[in-house]
Amino acid sequence: MSKAVSAMNGASFAGLAKVTETGLGGMITLRGDFASAKFQTAVKAATGTQVPATRKIAFGDRGAAAWMSPDELLLLVDYDSADAVVAKLSEDLATEHHMAVNVSDARACFAVSGDAAREVIAKVAPVDLEAGQFEAGDFRRTRFAQVAGAFWLDETGSFHIVCFRSVAVYMYDLLCTAAHPQSKVGIYA
Amino acid sequence: MLILECPYCGVRAEETELHGGGEAHLKRFGPGSTDDEFHDYLFMKENPRGVHLERWRHVNGCGKWFHAARCTQTLEVFGTYSAQTTEPPQEIKDKISAKRPGWTWREFKG
Ligand SMILES: [Zn+2]
Repeated sequence: MSKAVSAMNGASFAGLAKVTETGLGGMITLRGDFASAKFQTAVKAATGTQVPATRKIAFGDRGAAAWMSPDELLLLVDYDSADAVVAKLSEDLATEHHMAVNVSDARACFAVSGDAAREVIAKVAPVDLEAGQFEAGDFRRTRFAQVAGAFWLDETGSFHIVCFRSVAVYMYDLLCTAAHPQSKVGIYA
Repeated sequence: MLILECPYCGVRAEETELHGGGEAHLKRFGPGSTDDEFHDYLFMKENPRGVHLERWRHVNGCGKWFHAARCTQTLEVFGTYSAQTTEPPQEIKDKISAKRPGWTWREFKG
């Protein structure tokens, strides 16, 4: 088995904000009925957390669960454990209409941190990033300029972005451009 | 800029997060229909100046299809509603009637 590497091999850039490709992350697309007790138990077993509220991300001791749509979650787990978690989910939900797929290698992950992080995201995504409108634990699917992406804000003020691996270079270049040292707007200063 | 609230994820999405899906509440005519029915189904779309019912998809978002009632002349949005319906709910009809008394759209009216 060849050694798995992330799309940008951990590239990083320091400008208005720090842009980092955060490496391999375990990601599972899970679809099913959020109201089902079996589904809720399976999510808890996989990540250690509950099914998140609409447009939220919830963290547990083994991972996180992010709200993608009324019938879809994105589960974040250790890269190496993703296949085992999918196997367990498939077992737990065997009698329910559901779908669990390891999509880790189809994705790229980035972090944007620093004082101007809100501004950098706001330049490229049509989302209100005013403090109070988007806070830690909020999760949003949207677009970053011309490509689809999702992001959340953590407790330390860092934004985390996931997108398709096929557009990882575009996303990285886009974020670096938005974080160019001479491109400050100062809207959230 | 058109802004529609997605009824599935609650996001007030601006137009670039959305994809238009054409006229709402189409009844499909396929195998077994007459040539005239199939012709009308394919080609005879509503294209009003004023109240219009449309399908939209929150494509750069939760991915769900939904319905929107809006005015094509002023871009005023009367409301958005579930895709799991074959006609606009009464609440949406009332909202349209409040702004455009006497409106009609295909077989629907205020
Ligand atoms: Zn939506």
